[in-house]
Amino acid sequence: MTDFSSDGLRRLAPERGSELGRELGRAIRSMVAAKWPLLALVILFGVTVVAIFGPSIAPLDPNRQNIMLRLAEPLADGARGSTFWLGSDALGRDVLSRLLYGARISLLVGVCAITVGGVIGVTAGLVSGYFGGWIDDVIMRLGDIQLAFPFILLAIMFLVVLGPGVVNLILVLGIGQWVTYARIVRGQTLSLREKEFVEAARALGDSTAAIIFRTILPNIVAPLTVIASFNVASVILAEAALSFLGLGVPPSVPTWGSMLAESREQLIANKWWLAIFPGLAIVLTVLSFNIIGDWLRDFLDPRLKERR
Amino acid sequence: MWTFIARRLLQSVVVILGVTLISFIALQIGGDPTYLFVSERATEEEIAMVRAALGFDNPLHIQYLTYLGNIAQGEFGNSLSYRQPAMEIVLGALPATIELTIFAMTFAITLAVPLGVFAALYRGTPVDGGIMTMAMFGQSVPGFWLGIMMILFFGLALRILPISGHVPFLLPLLQGEFSKAFQNLPNSLYYLIMPGIAAGFYSLSRNARLVRSSMLEVLSQDYVRTARSKGLTERAVVIHHALRNAWLPVITMIGLEFGFLLGGVVVIETVFSYPGIGRLVFNAINQRDIPVVQAAVVVLSVIFISLNLIVDLVYARIDPRVKL
Repeated sequence: MTDFSSDGLRRLAPERGSELGRELGRAIRSMVAAKWPLLALVILFGVTVVAIFGPSIAPLDPNRQNIMLRLAEPLADGARGSTFWLGSDALGRDVLSRLLYGARISLLVGVCAITVGGVIGVTAGLVSGYFGGWIDDVIMRLGDIQLAFPFILLAIMFLVVLGPGVVNLILVLGIGQWVTYARIVRGQTLSLREKEFVEAARALGDSTAAIIFRTILPNIVAPLTVIASFNVASVILAEAALSFLGLGVPPSVPTWGSMLAESREQLIANKWWLAIFPGLAIVLTVLSFNIIGDWLRDFLDPRLKERR
Repeated sequence: MWTFIARRLLQSVVVILGVTLISFIALQIGGDPTYLFVSERATEEEIAMVRAALGFDNPLHIQYLTYLGNIAQGEFGNSLSYRQPAMEIVLGALPATIELTIFAMTFAITLAVPLGVFAALYRGTPVDGGIMTMAMFGQSVPGFWLGIMMILFFGLALRILPISGHVPFLLPLLQGEFSKAFQNLPNSLYYLIMPGIAAGFYSLSRNARLVRSSMLEVLSQDYVRTARSKGLTERAVVIHHALRNAWLPVITMIGLEFGFLLGGVVVIETVFSYPGIGRLVFNAINQRDIPVVQAAVVVLSVIFISLNLIVDLVYARIDPRVKL
């Protein structure tokens, strides 16, 4: 028999909180057992530390030019007893220091862009799924139009006019991602809308906004974290590609993509270190996000694992 | 059937209108778009003349209609750096880009299907592990960096593959010079190997994973068990029963994949100095040659949308579950 007192109705909501500790323990054990996700997490932790503390870790000023010491090989001596651990570029700047600074832009753009895309997409998906009707139609058709348009071309078109810059990059990449979130959230909302605990919240007289954001939203966080981790990976790849095309951030800011763009001119001269290290940095970071995403998906939905 | 085609056609028209609207907004977003169409050294009179000629002194909705009319006639204005119609330049570079995209696509799909099938059949073995690890890497490596690495290794260290350039095949074919086209073919393919692999590797990885999970799902179906219990050989079960259904999702992906490849090719072409739309766009970006960028983006989008339309229609034709 359903308990119709307001406490009873509240209890219909799936339990959280108390289970959190146990879930966390299960997550850690599963991660350790799978090994790779743990390594990925360690790498991402390292990249985050570098992104935050880059300026104090970097051995040299990343923009300090020294024409006398240009294109030094890795481990070559730099000025005044310093060492170019990963070599120097065509303007004599230290590759390692630029690499450490580059982590900043990649992570910043990756995380901010999925936040922008996530907020827009989740809101659109919740509204679409909860209300249905014409508003659902409009939002989903807009999404269809955007998906029918190769994303990188859209980004190129806007960035050419807007000009390079971190904020523009984040906005364009973020807006490029909203549809993914909106589609998943809409589907989840559609099914949750009919659940007992949502009906209970409605019966208690909760406002529509409260139902959407406090009752439904917490229950779709799990699939969102999976999409978000894959999404950071693809946004970082897109950022690298756009920076490579010269559409990223202004040239004075070192990024992995723009370092690769600069390496192109030195390729024929076989200055391999200019091309290998920034690329490895991108691959390691993106690979880690992908591995975490894969693990999260299996962890949150064990049913899927059998098929994988 | 006809209502489906009509609805799908209408949808494509709406999407193309959406594309033109977005590219129109992109033009307007930075203020008076006239400045995007004149060189930096233009005088005030020249600017005023261009503004009047392109109709940028009209109200916005009139401007959009004019813009739409111009696009319909393939009129994007003159390229600022080449002083030729932007559309002509873009169409000139198109065949090379199509060659590269088709090569990359063929590379990706012809390898992804067998790899995915093998991984599914040998699930949990090192074969599966190896293929899936490769796929995971493939989805984490920027295609343009893979291109750079191949240039360093195969081009510069081993000197077995050309690091840049292109021998046209499609262009002479379209111009009716068949003997020249087929004479060029071996060389044309030779020059496509590195850029093609660099552009297609991500798609190869994604589709290998897709085929694998689709195959695993199909293999657990009742009709596969029935086929096995009838005493069919494993080979017959896989080829005639499982594979036929397992690769349906791949067909749907092909359309989207093409769009993805067209986008990726823009960057890859730059790496290999490959004379297609991508390198054209790259140069246009650096010279802020907006008419060329606009023409290229709209042309590629229309190709992408049309391809998706075709793929959908083909899919509806071959999958009996899609009711028309």
